[in-house]
Amino acid sequence: MPGLRLSKAPATDTALKLSAVAVLMFAFVFVVMVPLYNVLCDALGINGKTSGQAYISAPIAVDTSRQVTVQFVAVNNDDMPWSFAPDARVMRVHPGAANGTVFHAANPTNLPMVAQAIPSISPSRAAAYFHKTECFCFDQQALAGNATADMALQFIVDQDLPDDIHTITLSYTLFNITGTAQDRLAAL
Amino acid sequence: MGRVFSTAALALFAPLAGAENQVNMSPGVTEIGANIFELHMLIMWICVVIGVLVFGAMFYSIYAHRQSKGHQASQFHESTRVEVAWTVVPFLILVAMAFPATSTLLEVYDNDASELDILITGYQWKWKYEYLDESGETVSFFSNLATPQEEIYNTRNKGENYLLEVDEPLVIPTNTKVRFLITANDVIHSWWVPEIAVKRDAIPGFINEAWTRVPEEGIYRGQCTELCGAYHGFMPVEVHAVSRDDFDNWIAAKRGIAAVQTALAEQTLSVDELMDQGKRVYGAACLACHGAGGEGGVGKAIAGSPVVLGDIAAHMALVANGVSGTAMQAFGAQLSAVDMAAVLTYQRNAFGNNTGDVVQPGDVTGAKNG
Amino acid sequence: MGDHHHGPAKGVTRWLFTTNHKDIGTMYLWFSFAMFLLGGFFAMVIRAELFQPGMQLVEPAFFNQMTTLHGLIMVFGAIMPSFVGLANWLIPMMIGAPDMALPRMNNWSFWILPPAFLMLASTLFMEGGAPAFGWTFYAPLSTTYAPPSVTFFIFAIHILGVSSIMGSINIIATVMNMRAPGMTYMKMPLFVWTWLITAFLLVAVMPVLAGAVTMMLMDIHFGTSFFSAAGGGDPVLFQHIFWFFGHPEVYIIILPAFGVVSQIIPAFSRKPLFGYASMVYATASIAFLSFIVWAHHMYTVGMPVAGELFFMYATMLIAVPTGVKVFNWITTMWRGALSFETPMLFCIGFLVLFTLGGFTGLMLSIAPADFQYHDTYFVVAHFHYVMVAGAVFSMTAAIYYWLPKWCGRMYSESMGKTHFWISFIGFNITFFPQHFVGLAGMPRRIPDYALQFADFNMMSSIGAFIYGASQLLFLYNVIATIVAGKRVSEEKVWDGAEGLEWTVATPAPYHTFEEPPAVPKPAGTI
Repeated sequence: MPGLRLSKAPATDTALKLSAVAVLMFAFVFVVMVPLYNVLCDALGINGKTSGQAYISAPIAVDTSRQVTVQFVAVNNDDMPWSFAPDARVMRVHPGAANGTVFHAANPTNLPMVAQAIPSISPSRAAAYFHKTECFCFDQQALAGNATADMALQFIVDQDLPDDIHTITLSYTLFNITGTAQDRLAAL
Repeated sequence: MGRVFSTAALALFAPLAGAENQVNMSPGVTEIGANIFELHMLIMWICVVIGVLVFGAMFYSIYAHRQSKGHQASQFHESTRVEVAWTVVPFLILVAMAFPATSTLLEVYDNDASELDILITGYQWKWKYEYLDESGETVSFFSNLATPQEEIYNTRNKGENYLLEVDEPLVIPTNTKVRFLITANDVIHSWWVPEIAVKRDAIPGFINEAWTRVPEEGIYRGQCTELCGAYHGFMPVEVHAVSRDDFDNWIAAKRGIAAVQTALAEQTLSVDELMDQGKRVYGAACLACHGAGGEGGVGKAIAGSPVVLGDIAAHMALVANGVSGTAMQAFGAQLSAVDMAAVLTYQRNAFGNNTGDVVQPGDVTGAKNG
Repeated sequence: MGDHHHGPAKGVTRWLFTTNHKDIGTMYLWFSFAMFLLGGFFAMVIRAELFQPGMQLVEPAFFNQMTTLHGLIMVFGAIMPSFVGLANWLIPMMIGAPDMALPRMNNWSFWILPPAFLMLASTLFMEGGAPAFGWTFYAPLSTTYAPPSVTFFIFAIHILGVSSIMGSINIIATVMNMRAPGMTYMKMPLFVWTWLITAFLLVAVMPVLAGAVTMMLMDIHFGTSFFSAAGGGDPVLFQHIFWFFGHPEVYIIILPAFGVVSQIIPAFSRKPLFGYASMVYATASIAFLSFIVWAHHMYTVGMPVAGELFFMYATMLIAVPTGVKVFNWITTMWRGALSFETPMLFCIGFLVLFTLGGFTGLMLSIAPADFQYHDTYFVVAHFHYVMVAGAVFSMTAAIYYWLPKWCGRMYSESMGKTHFWISFIGFNITFFPQHFVGLAGMPRRIPDYALQFADFNMMSSIGAFIYGASQLLFLYNVIATIVAGKRVSEEKVWDGAEGLEWTVATPAPYHTFEEPPAVPKPAGTI
């Protein structure tokens, strides 16, 4: 940085500037790398990341010339004993049409628990074309002991889905977050 | 000592083919595996040629330009022309390599419709396979290492497929595009079968996909390829590719077994039956953490455990639901009612516990239904 | 200025409080050698367990602690500090400066290392054992599923990072501000250039490692979810951040080694380094490229194909400047007047074996092929060729080359040559078969393996014991030299050696270049 002197002694001046670089690179990790990763994942559907936000759709013609298979997969993470399964495991839909299904969750233990469902889409390219108009992604779901819940999913497959994608798999992984979501239990 | 010498001899005469002392990648049985193998060989031969030229020049120099031979040193020290040449030529070679590399990679990422989808979940330390079908009983099972501890700890001779054998292999039909959806239950694992050239990381919370089309019937073995904890080396993959007909029969039988399990769950089993089955289940699901003698290890001791010696319902609930925040998984979904009854009975009566308790499958289904 | 210098202080406090670059360099070198032996001991445990199929000596969980600590100690405790030690000894003398720019910070940079490594090694005795998640510590194995010692691991990494950053700042400040008049950048010895570039890499990426472990700390202790899908995070984010550090890190390891080889080969060829300017540009290109290739460590993670292609092409590109360097070294030898003292032997060994490692690196860069190589012993073979036969051979050459200048005594040439041949043979017996078992399907980081891998594993273990033993020979030679080696008093210990460090007395006086030297124009430099 010509012109900006941080110290009269040249070596100290260099050292202070380089220290600033080091600090900036540390900040870079939190302030740039993390958000950039999330932005790129959302934009490019990398890693099948799909946003939790509900999609606001405008009505548009349904493409009846094409069928896309949508497959639902429910996965329990470690520590999660709930039964968790979709109503329909597979749906054949037309791009542009609104569709939906329900996931049933049941807490087999006697204790109240809180779960969080994390979505993931494969192939990752398809994530940008799979719009969820209603979903329970990232919602914290509390269930009393031996209770059940139905969690709805409404979605539309975008007409612009690339031609070479025939099957989209949406998986929900159910995580046990009881330990960190105690406040949710109070609502029960 | 004899082994050392024979090994040394082997080093000199190692055969290029054959499973033992294999020195090269296998082209495997799939088209994409063969393409990958060809690419690997192409790059390797290019490197060999370059190496021979470069080291040839160097060794020649070592020989011909020795001071002890009286060779006088020249003093040339730069040449832009030469620098440009050996920048541009390697660059062009790399560009040439990039073409087949790109086309093979695009094949790996092919998303065309598949005929069979299988969900593969990596657990510490086993795989779970689930055949995704639209309707009917889901076929889903765990695939555990089948090699006995005695072989691992050297009290029994090792079998031919040591560490590469499982109790329940993955069965797929030949000549069918199979899509694998890969995820993990806990930490990152990676599912790899070298002979079908499929490797994909299994990441908890996310789903990855891979595909294969196996033309040849056979048994193909692989391993977990991402460090996932203590028993990372002990969770192999075994794939059986069988004819379409055989596959259809197998999966019908599996669906039937699910029905039979339901029927069995209504029966009353003898103590011996429960203890035998319980010992098997214990070996597959509990032993790694709780010890062959119930002495504990990563997990608590079963021998003398207050839980195991105490209330049956509480014991069952703990095994079914796991213990949050520890390595004790929720086995309720992993074990059938028969297996659960058997392992509970076994734990309560083996290792000196001797409670005399017997848990029947009906008790388990009764508890599950509240 | 008053001429008040005395020789070094006496006793232990000399070493605790020294700000002298030679003393600090010596401490770094001894410390790194001790770490090399410790990391090597862990490697012996690994190879002893892998001598035969079956579990004989250790439990799988402990084996993973051995592989993890072996990697961490070798990378952060042996290789990196050893080259910093070399930098401390040589850079001021090579540029005609009296010492490093910031001598007191230099002392701190060294002295925080032993406590950090003590803390890391002590994790072996903690409840739950030492870190066992590999030196690459991927989440969530290293976060949610980690033993309690992970927190100490994180502190140790922070301290190591601070040491490296301070050391690098010192090197840059020294090179930028303290060159003798007439020593322009393009007259600096290549060793100084490679360290200058390496130091910039370090300042840029060590903070990224610090960021990664801080995020781990936050996930483990403060309820964040950077790397946990449950909270909206992503384990793959960890891998991106880690390798954004990790790839430049491997160039940080090798660039100073390149610098050493660039000093020694001309000396024993009695000929100037060929293509000095090209060598500088090639080193800088490698450094720039090292920032954009990180995801070639992650080809199987499920990246979209466009990402895989980008990283594949960028990684393949690094072969170009690396190849340029190899060609330049060989052309330096060409038509020289070559002699083969121990330093030259290790450099020739470097040339052959590092290049072999470079070839397997090129093979690994090919993404579709990597689906079959990733996380197998093929990768283990590759990085040991470039890091051991590359960086460690280079460091060994450096010791043999400069030790006589530092202590005024010559090492035993026959013992040195013996050390070279045993190392060379032992190294290849250890690691060449690992290419085979990796291609044949053996994964890495496993304590036990299928029977078809047995013979090559036994071979590899035998090689490891041979290589390990030869390092004890090296230790003996070094100590015997310092204590009772034949005295050397020529300034130019080696007749072909060039550079300012060969103009001072032998052994090098405690203070050198207190008055800046007249910079000579060595034959052939710009």
